[in-house]
Amino acid sequence: MGLHVSNAPFIYNRDTTRSLMADVILALLPTTLAGIFFFGLGALLHVLVGTASAMLAEYAYQKLTHKPVRIRDCSAALTGMLLALNMPVSAPLWVTLIGSAVAIVLVKELFGGIGDNFMNPALTARAILMASWPVAMTAYTQPVFSLGLQADAVSSATVLHGLSATPLQMFLGFIPGTIGEVSKAAILIGFLYLLLKGVITWHIPVIYVGSYALLALALGNNVLNGVLSGGLLFGAVFMATDYVTNPMTRGGQIIFAMGCGVLTCLIRNFSSYPEGVTFAILLMNIATPLIDKYVKGARVYGKGKK
Amino acid sequence: MEKKQSLSGVFMNGVITENPTFRLVLGTCPTIAVTTNAVNGIGMGLAATFVLVGSNLVISLLRNFIPDKVRIPAFVVVICTFVTMVQMLLQAYVPVLYESLGLFIPLIVVNCIILARAEAFASKNAPLASVMDGLGMGLGFTAAITIIGCIRELFGSGSLFGLNIMGAGYQPMLILVLAPGGFIVFGLVLGIANIIMKRADAKKAAKEGAQA
Repeated sequence: MGLHVSNAPFIYNRDTTRSLMADVILALLPTTLAGIFFFGLGALLHVLVGTASAMLAEYAYQKLTHKPVRIRDCSAALTGMLLALNMPVSAPLWVTLIGSAVAIVLVKELFGGIGDNFMNPALTARAILMASWPVAMTAYTQPVFSLGLQADAVSSATVLHGLSATPLQMFLGFIPGTIGEVSKAAILIGFLYLLLKGVITWHIPVIYVGSYALLALALGNNVLNGVLSGGLLFGAVFMATDYVTNPMTRGGQIIFAMGCGVLTCLIRNFSSYPEGVTFAILLMNIATPLIDKYVKGARVYGKGKK
Repeated sequence: MEKKQSLSGVFMNGVITENPTFRLVLGTCPTIAVTTNAVNGIGMGLAATFVLVGSNLVISLLRNFIPDKVRIPAFVVVICTFVTMVQMLLQAYVPVLYESLGLFIPLIVVNCIILARAEAFASKNAPLASVMDGLGMGLGFTAAITIIGCIRELFGSGSLFGLNIMGAGYQPMLILVLAPGGFIVFGLVLGIANIIMKRADAKKAAKEGAQA
C-alpha cells in the first residue's frame, strides 16, 4: 500500500477549478449578450474565436510537452473569453486568435500552467496586442444594433477620449468601447452573481473603484464619467479578481486593489494613454509576490514561528 | 593546471558548448538592444568578433608582462583600442550600419563576453589558441544574435535582411521590434537552444555509454 503525502491545504471543499471557472463564464454571459446586442454578431464571432483558440492552444501545448491535458477545467476557455471581450469589435479576428494563443502559451503555460502564471494571461495578451497592432486595437466603433456581421461600423472616440455621453447611456452601454466593457449594467449583474455564488468577495472590485473615485475627485476629474466609461468596472470585477495573480490575504488584497485604483487614475491623467486599467492591474500583478511577502498574516495555512 | 585542447576544440567550444549567448548568457545588453533586424545582428556580431580576436591576441601576447594587480585596466585599454578601430572602420566603410548601431559600438568595450574571454582564456593561454577562442566565441555570438535578429525582423517588420518577404498584406507584430519583444524572443530562443543542446548531450552520453 502506498503512503500518499499531499500538500496543504487539507480542508476539503467541493469547489473545483472547473466549477469556479464555469461560474465566472456564466457571470460573463450578460456582458457577452450585451456586447452582441450593441455590436452585432461580430462580437459573438470574437468570443467564439477567442474561446476556441485558447482551448486549442492549451491542448496543443500540453500534448506537445507531454503534460496532462487540462482543457476540461475551463480556465483556458475563460481566458479566451476574457480576451475577446477586451477587443474592439472592428479588430480583425486573427488578432483575437493570436492574442488567445499568446495568453495561453506565452503567459500561462510557459510559466508553469494554471496557478503559476504571475500576470493575468488575458490582460497581458491584450497589452501585447495593444503594442503590436495599436490601430486595430483602438479602433472603437459606435454601437450598431444590427445583427449583420459586417455592419457599417462608425469609428469613434471613446468617452475617455472626450466623447460626451449621458450617465444613463454609459451605464447601459450605448457608447463606443470594447465588446465587454461598454455595458456597466451587464457587468454589475455578473458581479452580483459572483458575489452570491461566493466566487469572489466584494473587496477588490469595490476598493479598486472606490480608490480610483477618491483620487479622481481629488484631481478634479469627472468621477462619474471616469467610473462609467472605459474598462474600469470590467477590469475591477473580472480581471483584478483573478485568484492566481492577486495577494492571498485580505489585507494584501486591499493594498492590491488600492494600488490598481491609484495607478489607473494616474495613468488616465498623466500618461499618453487615455485608458490605464490594463497596465494598472498588470503592474499590481507584478507587485503581488512582494505584497504577499510583507503583509502580516501572509501565512494562510498554519502559523509560523516569529 | 592547463588542459591541453585542440585548436578546433577551442573554436567549437565558443560556437556551441559555451556559446556566449545561449550557454554563458553574456552580452545580453546588445543581444536585446540591437537585434531589431538581421543586418544589425550580424553587424554587431562581426564587430564584436573583430574586437574579441584582436584583444585576445594582444592580451595573450602580453600575458607575461601585465602585473596581476592592474590586469583589468590593462585589458580594458587593449579592448578600447580595438573598439576604436572598429568604430572608425565602420564609420568609414559602412556608415549606414554605423548609424543604426549607434551608441552600441562604443559600448562593445563593456561587452562582458570580451572582458570575460580576456580574463578566463587569453590571459592564460598561448596566442594561437586565444585567437581561436576569440573567433569561436565571436562567431557563436554572431550566430546567436543574427538568429534573434532574423526572428524579430521577420515577424516585427515582415522582412529579412531588409527584403520584404511577408508581402504587402502582412501586418507586422510591432512589439517584436520594441524592447519587450527583445526580451520575449531572447527568452524563447534561449529556451529552445537549451532544449536542443540537452537532447544532443543526452544522445552523446548514450552513445558513449554504449561504447563503454
